[in-house]
Amino acid sequence: MHPVSGQPVRLTVTDLAVRRSGRRIFSGLSFGLGPGEALMVTGRNGAGKSTLLAVLAGRLKPEAGSLALEDVGEASLPECLHIVGHRDGLKGALTAEENLSFARGLLGDPALAPREALAELGLAHALRLPVAYLSAGQRRRVALARLLVCRRPLWLLDEPTAALDIASQAVLAGLMASHRAAGGLVVAATHQALGLADARELRIARPAQDERPAARSGDAPEDCA
Amino acid sequence: MIGAIRALVARDLVLAARVGGSGALSLVFFLMIVALVPFALGPDLNLLSRIGPAILWLAAVLATLIGLDRLFQADEEDGSLDLMAGAPVPLECMVLAKVTAHWLTTGLPLALASPLFGLLVALDGTAMAGTALTLLVGTPALTFVGAVGAALTASIRRGGLILAVLVLPLMIPTLIFGVSAAQSVAGGTVPFGTPLMILGGLSLIAAVVGTVAAAAALRWSE
Repeated sequence: MHPVSGQPVRLTVTDLAVRRSGRRIFSGLSFGLGPGEALMVTGRNGAGKSTLLAVLAGRLKPEAGSLALEDVGEASLPECLHIVGHRDGLKGALTAEENLSFARGLLGDPALAPREALAELGLAHALRLPVAYLSAGQRRRVALARLLVCRRPLWLLDEPTAALDIASQAVLAGLMASHRAAGGLVVAATHQALGLADARELRIARPAQDERPAARSGDAPEDCA
Repeated sequence: MIGAIRALVARDLVLAARVGGSGALSLVFFLMIVALVPFALGPDLNLLSRIGPAILWLAAVLATLIGLDRLFQADEEDGSLDLMAGAPVPLECMVLAKVTAHWLTTGLPLALASPLFGLLVALDGTAMAGTALTLLVGTPALTFVGAVGAALTASIRRGGLILAVLVLPLMIPTLIFGVSAAQSVAGGTVPFGTPLMILGGLSLIAAVVGTVAAAAALRWSE
């Protein structure tokens, strides 16, 4: 029942429209992703990148349009994806290993052991440290290690390089490349080049009538998802 | 499917046992209320043992409210709820696992500790056993009713007050039948079994309705 990333899957999104609290975030969004393809979602702060990922993850219901993941049998879309975003889903009181073991037991279809996954991200020494003791970049790497402990064909990454150092960004690029080589899909909301070879780009622009005056101090709030 | 539920229950039990967990908090709160009542009422042992079961039940209801507001809110804030939504089991099972773990760390210790606390309000042996049994049967109803409120207020900051206002009225039937069962042990016209059966029924209904309603509230909250 659980899809393996080696199995070809296809994500199709047609005419997606999302409204939050009465405000139209975007509409008429369509794209398709085949096996091994990647999509970079770009746009200004507050344009709706995180909202798009939340819709794909099933947290928000779209106002119109459809999304479908084909060739995954009877599994639903949220059961076929990993999401790593601003809220990292880690418990500070638990160690990195306990957090990853929990994710592995919860999500099913286990792949690497937590120890191996952390080693891939260069965090083997943090195995038995409570996550609360880790820095922001280390926490992000523990969250990214979750991608490796369970096999899921679609990775949704929201600003995956935030707080990561240069070396870890290269590691992440390598992980995404091998995931795509195995037929997996990557959708990443980002402001930077992620080292995704021949990734397609989807730029979300705010509809003109919702355009707000320029942000007051230049630090507009991050996407509100 | 069982694996996912087991993983969640195990994680919540470990979290409750770690520093800052909610496990000990409600037990201490329970102890504080029960220990203060004799000071407030004075050393009238007959009065204390007559109202003892009611005090224990009242303290249990209030202690259940402590920590309930964090039941889903903590997972909503740090993104664990998104993780659970991606598990290959229905959200209802995740809610059931979380509430079960919460009851194991709050309701069950209350029921097990109540004979000890019964000493503070001068209960005799049968009354202690009766009260402990009614708490064992009745606290699941309190926790499951509370879980609905916790799910509704999961995305509200400082939702603790709204939570209490929402769920306290719904806990009243459990309180009434719990106290009447506990008091019927000491004698009276009502046989012990009748209110105890109703209490068990309330717990079973709350387990079903509470689980479904809390899962619906979590889905709807965005």
